[in-house]
Amino acid sequence: MASKQPDVKDFVDRKYEHGFFTDIEADTLAPGLNEDVIRLISKIKGEPAFMLDWRLKAFSHWQTMQEPDWAKLERDAIDYQAISYYSAPRSSADAPKSLDEVDPKLLETYDKLGIPLHERARLAGVAVDAVFDSVSVATTFKEKLAEAGVLFCSFSEAVKDHPELIERYLGTVVPHRDNFFAALNSAVFTDGSFVYIPKGVRCPMELSTYFRINAANTGQFERTLIIADEGSYVSYLEGCTAPQRDENQLHAAVVELIAEKDAEIKYSTVQNWYPGDEEGRGGIYNFVTKRGDCRGDRSKISWTQVEAGSAITWKYPSCVLRGNDSVGEFYSVAVTNNLQQADTGTKMIHIGKNTRSTIISKGISAGRAQNAYRGLVKIFPTAENARNYSQCDSLLMGNQCGAHTFPYMEIKNPTAQVAHEATTSKIADDQLFYCRQRGLREEDAVNMIVNGFCKEVFRKLPMEFAVEAQALMNVSLEGAVG
Amino acid sequence: MLIEIKNLHASVNDIEIIKGLDLDVAPGEVHAIMGPNGSGKSTLAQALAGREDYVVTEGSVSYKGQNLLDMEPDSRARAGLFLSFQYPVEIPGVSNVYLLKAALNACRKEKGETEIDAVEFMRFIKDKAKLMELDEKFLSRGVNEGFSGGEKKRNEIFQMAVLEPDLAILDETDSGLDIDALKVVANGLNAQRDGQRSFLLITHYQRLLDYIEPDYVHVLADGRIIRSGGKELALELEENGYDNILAAAS
Repeated sequence: MASKQPDVKDFVDRKYEHGFFTDIEADTLAPGLNEDVIRLISKIKGEPAFMLDWRLKAFSHWQTMQEPDWAKLERDAIDYQAISYYSAPRSSADAPKSLDEVDPKLLETYDKLGIPLHERARLAGVAVDAVFDSVSVATTFKEKLAEAGVLFCSFSEAVKDHPELIERYLGTVVPHRDNFFAALNSAVFTDGSFVYIPKGVRCPMELSTYFRINAANTGQFERTLIIADEGSYVSYLEGCTAPQRDENQLHAAVVELIAEKDAEIKYSTVQNWYPGDEEGRGGIYNFVTKRGDCRGDRSKISWTQVEAGSAITWKYPSCVLRGNDSVGEFYSVAVTNNLQQADTGTKMIHIGKNTRSTIISKGISAGRAQNAYRGLVKIFPTAENARNYSQCDSLLMGNQCGAHTFPYMEIKNPTAQVAHEATTSKIADDQLFYCRQRGLREEDAVNMIVNGFCKEVFRKLPMEFAVEAQALMNVSLEGAVG
Repeated sequence: MLIEIKNLHASVNDIEIIKGLDLDVAPGEVHAIMGPNGSGKSTLAQALAGREDYVVTEGSVSYKGQNLLDMEPDSRARAGLFLSFQYPVEIPGVSNVYLLKAALNACRKEKGETEIDAVEFMRFIKDKAKLMELDEKFLSRGVNEGFSGGEKKRNEIFQMAVLEPDLAILDETDSGLDIDALKVVANGLNAQRDGQRSFLLITHYQRLLDYIEPDYVHVLADGRIIRSGGKELALELEENGYDNILAAAS
């Protein structure tokens, strides 16, 4: 038979075409971590005393902690003393002046992903002040937000301009001693995003880190705080589908969401950090703590994530359903390829009465990758009539990868209704053959099947993001076929 | 000839199923291939469509003058070879329309035609869906997802109507259909007989041939065609059963 055995390995053997920029910045602290470093960071940032105290408390607690090892991850030890904990925001002098100076391969990828032109420059690291489009767009948006009374700025600005909000809310969802990586982040974080939506305000646009143009170089220890006051609504987009470059291997971000009475926060993430090469060399270690607090009655927090990058992904966006009738949702697609490893899932903590949560998790494994769903549904004795529905589906490509599901449940109230469904399937040869018999090329057939598998989650993404996410899946599974 | 099969041998898991089969089909002809279970009917269909577990060990197949066995399954499809599956698979999350539009555009692109846009496509398929008495809501559902057996078969013929192949191979399309569904399928097929399109009807029972009149009937047994004739051969089979013909042939 002339027809070749479809080699699933081929699909997934795609190369990450974009190396790191390795220019050394002059304004960088020497590697190492101690109290002096933390004092220095706080000083450089001109922080009030309460911030420094908080950082130092976090640091001293962190020193007593052990790295968690319960996740299904294998990796080299991280030398925390070998990391530099502060570098000055990159000066635009070194950045490419225009897209003409950018690696054409990178531009090609943007093209495949359908990234709008004005956004490409920013993604490629073109000096912001050379990107007139994005500046003017951002300014327009800032004015519109100000009219609505929405605060949206870098974390550093918020510390300066709204210290009372920071002091009141920081660490109230993810305390400084929460876990090893959160404690480290609390001690050394350099910047991030801050959002405050006043009472009764429906944020007039989707907030994206893209419009926060003044916070450069915050990738490594990023901290995000979003507060939706009573009756308000906000949709927040983090990351982008384009491959992101970063010279730091360790990422330990913290995201805190607070939804007061009748407020709703929708948080969408597309993560595509450098995953390392086929042999697992390089690649970002992504240890993220994301948690939302449904503090008020009838509040709602919804997490949607598409995790495609990083060598290691360790994140469990969670909801604490404190308010009565509050709602938590988690929709996730995690793709791992080559030697990528993901251990991701969620925690739904039901405390209030009539609280409801939904978990939809889709894991796709290819190459020699390992993909684990780890989730906890906890129903407190106080949570009368709590309900949870969980669905965890895994799709395997090839026979060298792994999918794992670890659903934990702690039910302390007999009125709770909890349902869990899990499936594991291989991209079936007969599905592939069916599509090919209709005339689709092998690669297009795989893309179609994978996108179908992820559809439930993609539907939850804001429109433009969903289109990009679909394109991302196609690019992720691109490879030589036949 | 549209397709010329010469001395075809095909194996599945190293077991030879097709053992020297010859068959020529000219444009516009309808050939019925009948045979008892295990005679190799489905293997023939799968091997012609290029399924990789069906290994051709000997013989040749020329399709439109090309060596069919050298072509990938999707190239065969784009060259106008269509297989209506005996057991159509479900593809969750991929809508029927989406798959079909992608398939149609892949075929059009191959022929150097422009791709069809969504609006034009919907107009194009509406009549075809009506012909197969497929409710429009089926079009937007996942491919075969939650379809009944009869709906799946009708969906296959609907896809065929949209893709307009040159050679349609129908693998037991009549199996599992009640008489009403069978009539719908047969109507759909007859509507696609235009004197140019060729059909290979693979069936166990004569019943389908009451509605679709073949030009030729072949009896397949143990991987070979043991008798060929006109449509009256099907009636003879219906009356006497396979055993008599097999006995007479051996």
